[in-house]
Amino acid sequence: MRDVSIIGIGQIEVGEHWERSLRDMGAAAVRLALQDAHLERPEALYVGNMLSGQLSRQENLGALIADHAGLRGIEAVKVEAACGSGAAALRLAYIAVAGGIHDVVVACGVEKMTDTLGEETTSALATAADALYESEHGLSFVAINALIMRRYMHEFGYRREDFAGFALNAHRNAEHNPYAMFRKAITAEAFQRAKMIADPVSLLDSAPMADGAAAVALAPTAFARAQGLKAVRIAGSALATDSVALHDRRDPLFLEAAFLSAQRAYAQAGVRPQDIDFFELHDAFTIMAALSLEAAGFAPRGRGVTLALEGAITLQGRIPISTMGGLKARGHPVGATGLYQVVEAVQQLREEAGANQLHGCRLGMTQNIGGSGASVMTHILERLS
Amino acid sequence: MQLAAYWRTTRQRLSLTGEVCPHCGAKLFPPRDVCPACSGPAKAPFQFSGRGTVYSFSTLYTAPQGFEEYAPYVVALVKLEEGPLVTAQLTDVERDQVYIGMPVEMVTRKIRAEGDDGPIVYHYKFRPLLQPVTS
Repeated sequence: MRDVSIIGIGQIEVGEHWERSLRDMGAAAVRLALQDAHLERPEALYVGNMLSGQLSRQENLGALIADHAGLRGIEAVKVEAACGSGAAALRLAYIAVAGGIHDVVVACGVEKMTDTLGEETTSALATAADALYESEHGLSFVAINALIMRRYMHEFGYRREDFAGFALNAHRNAEHNPYAMFRKAITAEAFQRAKMIADPVSLLDSAPMADGAAAVALAPTAFARAQGLKAVRIAGSALATDSVALHDRRDPLFLEAAFLSAQRAYAQAGVRPQDIDFFELHDAFTIMAALSLEAAGFAPRGRGVTLALEGAITLQGRIPISTMGGLKARGHPVGATGLYQVVEAVQQLREEAGANQLHGCRLGMTQNIGGSGASVMTHILERLS
Repeated sequence: MQLAAYWRTTRQRLSLTGEVCPHCGAKLFPPRDVCPACSGPAKAPFQFSGRGTVYSFSTLYTAPQGFEEYAPYVVALVKLEEGPLVTAQLTDVERDQVYIGMPVEMVTRKIRAEGDDGPIVYHYKFRPLLQPVTS
């Protein structure tokens, strides 16, 4: 297996882009990543996307984005793993390069969520859950997270306001990210007063629906070194699965797939959780941030929220998370999210994170979750000396 | 829900019929033919009692398409007395009366109608366990 590095990154601002289409955003991110890598034509393109068929009546995205990025003819295909589609596309791109099938590959994530009405987008997002035995009962995706959060509060004795730290940290970090959707801090009082969507999950526990696209270009590390490219090495890459329905899990309060994919990524990279300098996790909901910290080994079971209460997750803390705003404040264009996480981790490791720069960081980890924990991709990125 | 899907899930939806694994004894709902505990084939039907307790719950204020007119409504994970968790709506209860551990039982109720002229979709819901009347 060949050693693989990220040699280029591209992203567009996350937001409500009524003036931009799915193909326009996806192609823009691909071209930005190629430009950053000083390359014109990759051999393959993997496009992470969840909702194009439902919300834009458009499939066949691999060919569509390749064509509009000026890459007609290359191998290109769409990859879907619900909200984890972006990192799933990266995982396939990694396999292609590490396995020696292709030399230069682009992984892109793109999502268009704001052309449709809120209820329509909410229903489309519910397809991440079990259609027959969850969504059919009228559960939104938010409601499934609410069921987890309520039980977690009950078992471990937390109050709603104990989760505020996750949202406050994300919004504070987004203030200095020019690509973030919500570039403003929020207060603990605002968190407390926020409107309920599905009790106990409020608007400020939840990441916003948004449009966006992000991409990375991959190549063998040896090629990147020979060309003198600024490269960030993929030290670990893993994808693991669990049941789609929450009620089918062995323990609904433990993200088994997040645990498995993190363990496999640690093993491949030869590192432990305490070696990780920062963690771009999947904070689609505050409860998911807590469960990810636990599953990835940064907190014992039931103590993920304690890290937020103690301030360990801030830029100055022991394990900074959502360093550029996370899903909560950068925004959550679902199928693109996994690649925004990776782009931001690369910014940190290349020391291009501006006011949010973490000093002396060497190892960053990203974790992208599809559904309420069914498909989980973990990547460990390393700064090359 | 498509009519064919409605028809083929009748036994699950209206009578909470699942399966039992002949190898490890796991009780399965919904039925899935392959036991998730031991990976062996599990096709023997098993009739659940319909009784259980509330494991977790939530009141939805923002509902998905097709459910808007019913919001707010309460959804729950119910721990069936035979073991599995099941996702369903709660009914016949005020939302501030629901608590974790509340004993509940399955009933068949309308869950929604597919438009003004479409079929009415019936499904299982759970209500607080009825207590026998004592004189």
